[in-house]
Amino acid sequence: MNLTITPAPVRKSLRVKAPPARAFEIFTAGMSRWWLKTHTISKTKSPIKEITIEPRQGGRWFERGEDGSECDWGHVLAWEPPARLLLAWQINGQWQFDPNLVTEVEIRFSPDASGTKVELEHRYLERLGDTAETMRTAFDRGWMALLESFAANAT
Amino acid sequence: MPELTNVVMALADPTRREIFERLAERPRSVGALALDMPISRPAVSQHLRVLKEAGLVTDHAEGTRRVYQIDPAGLGVVRQWLDRFWDRSLAAFQAEADKEEEQNP
Repeated sequence: MNLTITPAPVRKSLRVKAPPARAFEIFTAGMSRWWLKTHTISKTKSPIKEITIEPRQGGRWFERGEDGSECDWGHVLAWEPPARLLLAWQINGQWQFDPNLVTEVEIRFSPDASGTKVELEHRYLERLGDTAETMRTAFDRGWMALLESFAANAT
Repeated sequence: MPELTNVVMALADPTRREIFERLAERPRSVGALALDMPISRPAVSQHLRVLKEAGLVTDHAEGTRRVYQIDPAGLGVVRQWLDRFWDRSLAAFQAEADKEEEQNP
């Protein structure tokens, strides 16, 4: 099998009315206000109370649940307000923190007539290879097991 | 957790499962698949489109043919999930950034 083909990065582009410096601040310091509360990786499944991105290169990116538990998401690779933020996303396909996994999420903020153009790229998805293994195992177990596994994950 | 409905739907069809299993053996063109199976070439193309949209197969051109193979990293599902994850998350971010700007112009 040809293993040189890799998944394309996920790319998104949108416009917001806030100017770049403010958009950068809302994205980072204000992440708790907009991040979907159900998108937690907490093992206790506690709803997210707070998400923190420490404002410096090497800073932690983590969530704190309403029960006080902390879960790492990754860390800051580049902190360049107001134009650019580069995060290491260290969550694997099983939706768990993996310190050995680094995928990159780059967010660029550039001024435009009505506010800010925000561009996001989530790349190096091929590094989520453990998930590929999981998928192949599921395939090996047969189609029924696979479908049951998907059905369980989809709820 | 991931919404994998598309994958389930794509694989729920026995013909699509068969196509997927044939592609798992080795990459094949639409024409080669149609020769091996009791369905028309347009029907094969239609099934391939569903598999591709579910992130289960990829395709590339070889001369005038399109050759399909299963996503070699097996990551189509995860990628698709992340794609939708960022759609939803960024929509929430946009709403927050717009709301604040309207309140404090």
